Amino acid sequence: MHPPNDSLRRPGLSRRRFVQGMLAGGAIAGLDLWRWPKLGLTAAPATPQLTGNNFDLVIGEMPVNFTGKPAVATAVNGCVPAPTLHWREGDTVTISVTNRLSTDTSIHWHGLRVPADMDGVPGLSFAGIRPNQTFVYRFPVIQHGTYWYHSHSRFQEQTGHYGALIIDPGRKDGLEYDRDFVILLSDWTDESPETIFTNLKQQSDYYNYNQRTAGTFLNDAARNGLGATVSDRLMWGRMNMTPTDLSDVSAATYTYLINGQPPAANWTALFRPRERVRLRFINGSSMTIFDVRIPNLPMTVVQTDGNDVDPVTVDEFRISVAETYDVIVAPREGSAFTIFAQSIDRTGFARATLAVRPGLTAAIPPMDPRPLLTMVDMGMGSMQAMADSSRMQMKDSSAMTAAHDTAGSADMSGMPGMHHHGAQAARPQPAPFVVVPQQSRGKSRPPGQPGPGVIPIMAAPGAVEMPAPKSFDLRVGPQVDNVAMDPTQRLNEPGLGLNGNGRRVLTYADLRARWRGLDLRPPEREIVLHLTGNMERFIWGFDGRKFSEAEPIRVSLGERVRIVLINDSMMNHPIHLHGLWSELDNGKGDFRPYKHTINVKPGERLSYLVSADTPGEWAYHCHLLYHMEAGIFRKVIVS
Amino acid sequence: MSRPLSRGPSPSCRFGLALWTRSLFALLVAAGSIVCRGAVARAQTADAGAMPPVEDNAIIGHVLFDQLEGRTNGNQWEFRWGGEGWIGTDMNKLWFKSEGFLENGIATDGDSEALYDRPIPYLKYFDFQAGVRYDLDSNPGITWGAIGIEGLAPYFFEFAPTFYFSDRGRFAGRVTGSYDLLITQRLIAQPQFELNLYSKQDAARGVGSGLSDLDTGVRLRYEITRKIGPYIGVAYTQTFGETAHFTREEGGIVHDPRFIFGLRVWY
Repeated sequence: MHPPNDSLRRPGLSRRRFVQGMLAGGAIAGLDLWRWPKLGLTAAPATPQLTGNNFDLVIGEMPVNFTGKPAVATAVNGCVPAPTLHWREGDTVTISVTNRLSTDTSIHWHGLRVPADMDGVPGLSFAGIRPNQTFVYRFPVIQHGTYWYHSHSRFQEQTGHYGALIIDPGRKDGLEYDRDFVILLSDWTDESPETIFTNLKQQSDYYNYNQRTAGTFLNDAARNGLGATVSDRLMWGRMNMTPTDLSDVSAATYTYLINGQPPAANWTALFRPRERVRLRFINGSSMTIFDVRIPNLPMTVVQTDGNDVDPVTVDEFRISVAETYDVIVAPREGSAFTIFAQSIDRTGFARATLAVRPGLTAAIPPMDPRPLLTMVDMGMGSMQAMADSSRMQMKDSSAMTAAHDTAGSADMSGMPGMHHHGAQAARPQPAPFVVVPQQSRGKSRPPGQPGPGVIPIMAAPGAVEMPAPKSFDLRVGPQVDNVAMDPTQRLNEPGLGLNGNGRRVLTYADLRARWRGLDLRPPEREIVLHLTGNMERFIWGFDGRKFSEAEPIRVSLGERVRIVLINDSMMNHPIHLHGLWSELDNGKGDFRPYKHTINVKPGERLSYLVSADTPGEWAYHCHLLYHMEAGIFRKVIVS
Repeated sequence: MSRPLSRGPSPSCRFGLALWTRSLFALLVAAGSIVCRGAVARAQTADAGAMPPVEDNAIIGHVLFDQLEGRTNGNQWEFRWGGEGWIGTDMNKLWFKSEGFLENGIATDGDSEALYDRPIPYLKYFDFQAGVRYDLDSNPGITWGAIGIEGLAPYFFEFAPTFYFSDRGRFAGRVTGSYDLLITQRLIAQPQFELNLYSKQDAARGVGSGLSDLDTGVRLRYEITRKIGPYIGVAYTQTFGETAHFTREEGGIVHDPRFIFGLRVWY
């Protein structure tokens, strides 16, 4: 590892000041601000790192300028994004949070296994932090990895109240790298989030400027024939659905940021040739799912949502809102690489640069063609639209191959070598599997996450008969505009707009936990939930009910349940369960990937296991901010 | 309704309507207060005396002027307004609608409605509406009870049939419809129509029984933003049967095509 070098740490600062989109203000209030000594996070002048066990965070308003127009953000210690917190597994941390806003605030530690009253959800964990009050969070850190933290009060997250949270492992995990950077993706708007919300309630396609028009009709008619085009339009029209509804809020109002820097500012991370660089991708957006790639540089995914996975080398991955992916890259030749994160609806992108010197840039690839939803995305599985879908796929891939030519297909040949050369070779063997009596579980704190030397609890002897799930409690009212008739398994699909694009794209089926799971019991119960919505009315919910219309989900302490999610809507929903892990059922047996946020594709049915090992009232919701506030939120009570 | 020249208000007639107005507005106010109380009650039931973790029942308001336009046939100009607004939660709303013509300082064919609105289960995109309509212009007014539905029919067709009844055994019907045809992302052609029917003749307001009038047009608007869209277009109004007869008597135009210039705005 190289000590942080001052010339590396502050690249092109004077030049950057003139770039549009520099933060207007960034005064950092008095706090224990000293840079992380070990890993040498460099080249990010805007986001300070705070480390230690004691933290003072002050939430207040701050003038910013991301778009060329002045605006006001919600800042933490005068920073947007909030300072990166750097903790160590095994420590007990104390964080005093003072509210200098005129409204209530809160901090939720996203993905952290904390006592329920430290989880930071107003109305569930505590009453919120009132103006001019200070709330002290104090809890032991029982896990490691890449996480983030954000406000859980109304729309503050949209206005800048989010930051990265890095926890070093308590014992060596074998990941080797020379440099370590946080890549925090987010979406910024100069509009008030309340305005965005009411705009969506009043006109749900308010931000969609890529709808089908007379022009696209003529193009499609020329390509596919008039009859086919008319019947396609009629099919969608009959349901009052539009295949262009990829994202509710687009670059029509958003500017996409990496570490608080718009594309023009080009946040730059510095490396030396032949170094191994760890990039911790965090999607701190309110509404934007990103497709991330670094042209000419394969990425080896080593961790997701703070949990180690078997290394898998890819060209691209989709990161849904609130997810994290840690990748290791090892640039061997070339002096600059573009980190390119295009929004799922292809209306804009965030961009940063990996370079050997400040000021170097690489080409910014063109955005991929904009995909269209298909009948499969409506939960009509294999029905009529297979033809449409494959037709679209072909269109997709031919266009993308063209786009890919500029990136160079040499990526692919380098991949296998990378795979072994990378982290996998260095990682130690998983600890031997140890069984301890189940009784001991009640006395001690539940293990934070799987890891080397972490002892799983005992598997239940013999087979457990799981009761058949009681038929789900779906209510079809005005809150529901579609019920998936034939939801499909889509774990092995990279996602709409990525299928067959000529690049190796990560899928959920690729994720295999590096360590054996903590709880090897089979589930005792199945909970089936539909993700429902009425697009036109902009109402979202579980099982056709908004939070205010629904009863909490009750789980017994110590119970192991399987949650089955069926997405009836045509949108992706990143579903986040607070306080407990979500172990994705993706065919990896005892090595299910542990996640805190699971993205459910349109028309998809997936399931995951949850061990209810921490009592309390936990929030369970879609992490698209405006969906959540529109009702897709439940209280899960573990008692 | 057609647009007869002003006849001046008739006080006795207005007095008779007051009862209707009062009772139905009282109903609407009651409905409104239920909406608000519901929201407050929910807020108070949350844990720890705090706000609920999400406010999914927030009260939201909306005002849309679909038609704020001048209409000309070369010789005469008239001003047309047509708009609607609502306030409430997802499930309970108060709606207001208003439309009419203004020519030489005289309002004709004007009416305003106040309605309670609720989404209809199983009809995903349609709302049920009930309330009052008051014909408010320079002519003698009349108050109606109103029951209707409004929403998005298949194929993105905005559709709103409403049935009206008055205390003097009169019935009326109105059907409106429109469709947004996207030429480009911001240039939108909107064909629209409104049809009115009456069960009985009302000479004071110049309407006959049966199919009374049609107001139709095509507007080509450019959405500078979603909320501001200037437009040009053509409108065509026609009165039928007895109504046409009244219109001729008044010196009005039975077949009346006009060019229009206007602005669509909403908040």
